[in-house]
Amino acid sequence: MAENIYLEVVTPEKEVISEKAQIVMAPGSLGEFGILSGHTPFLTTLKTGMIKYTDEKGLERFVFVSGGFAEALPDKVTVLAESAERRKNIDLDRAQKALERAEKRLDDNKKKDVDFVRAQAALERAIRRIDIAKTR
Amino acid sequence: MATLKEVQTQIGAVKKTKQITKAMGMVATSRLRGAQTAMHGFRSYAEKFSEVLGSLSEKAGNDASPLLVPREEVKKINIVLCTSDRGLCGGFNVNLTGKAGSFVKDSAIGAEVEISFTNFGKKGKDWCKNNNFSIVDEHIGVVGTKFGFNIASTAGRKLVDGYLSGDYDEVYIIYSKFISMAKQISTLKQVLPIPAIEKSIEDIEEDAPYVAEHICEPSPDEILGDLLPRSIYVQLYSALLETSTSEHAARMAAMDNATNACNDMIDRLTLAYNKARQASITADLMDIVGGAEALKG
Repeated sequence: MAENIYLEVVTPEKEVISEKAQIVMAPGSLGEFGILSGHTPFLTTLKTGMIKYTDEKGLERFVFVSGGFAEALPDKVTVLAESAERRKNIDLDRAQKALERAEKRLDDNKKKDVDFVRAQAALERAIRRIDIAKTR
Repeated sequence: MATLKEVQTQIGAVKKTKQITKAMGMVATSRLRGAQTAMHGFRSYAEKFSEVLGSLSEKAGNDASPLLVPREEVKKINIVLCTSDRGLCGGFNVNLTGKAGSFVKDSAIGAEVEISFTNFGKKGKDWCKNNNFSIVDEHIGVVGTKFGFNIASTAGRKLVDGYLSGDYDEVYIIYSKFISMAKQISTLKQVLPIPAIEKSIEDIEEDAPYVAEHICEPSPDEILGDLLPRSIYVQLYSALLETSTSEHAARMAAMDNATNACNDMIDRLTLAYNKARQASITADLMDIVGGAEALKG
């Protein structure tokens, strides 16, 4: 069996994940990609979405990420994200409220597109969080 | 000579003050621990971030992003001033506002420059108001508390937008750099345009084993364009964390000094009290002895 690759997910507030994984799947901005140990050095920005990885014991794990980028080296993947949560730690209530808020803001802003981009990003984050949390 | 009663009241008052300063010192100590943990937690992110940014900027051209290009004429400057919300922390805020004051004075020489402020912390805001500086944006209740990265990214986004739209030609940040418990330095740093990112020799040697070039997706320029605004948020967040930690350290030192001063004062007052007590006893004795002598007469 192939060697494991070290996965690190770091946000400005804390280190979310630091463990070995068999395979890491991440949502690159140009499409989803998978990384195994021995990958050639690779750098990409990430979309808001889900990182899926298989830990040493072969269990599938899911992590929400937004606003980040990933660097892959032959023995290590580092993900730097503005926010990241393991699936079990996602606050569903909060995401639901954020979803409502973002939808409302988008409705209000139909005439003047002041914070359109931000509201849309917030909406996307909320939807992704809810999607991931619902697979629990 | 103060009367016994007066001295007693004074001692009581100083003791109460001491209780307060001691309690504040203890609160500052525990908050300092929290702030330091947050600072350390951020370090791994910040280090990795600057590493990637450094290696990217080597590949990308210097004009990859408008954030990198200095303006020929600098007419509008925005200063991000980080101070604390509350006082009782020694010269902490005065040092920071003093730094801002001298910077304003320096940049006003020989050029007509419009200066505006983005304030973090109530003390800096008050200072700006007293000096009639224009305030673009203010955030109270951030420094010294637990705050998330979103505070820095929201404020940072405004700075970047302001720079791109031409509202500011340069952006600086003034914050308190945390060196040690006993030393915090008020620091001025240029944020925008982003100063050329230099790679130290150390870094280059460290990277040597990875001979293979990174594959970048999308192109290095595009990734850099995405990362540079974020590097502003990272700087802002780290400045805020450092200022918070410094505030607590400064308050701790100030409260420690105050508690010591209280102890000295209590010692002095107790001495005065004892002297006064002795004097009154002596006077009473003299009266009794005098009376007895008179009766013998």
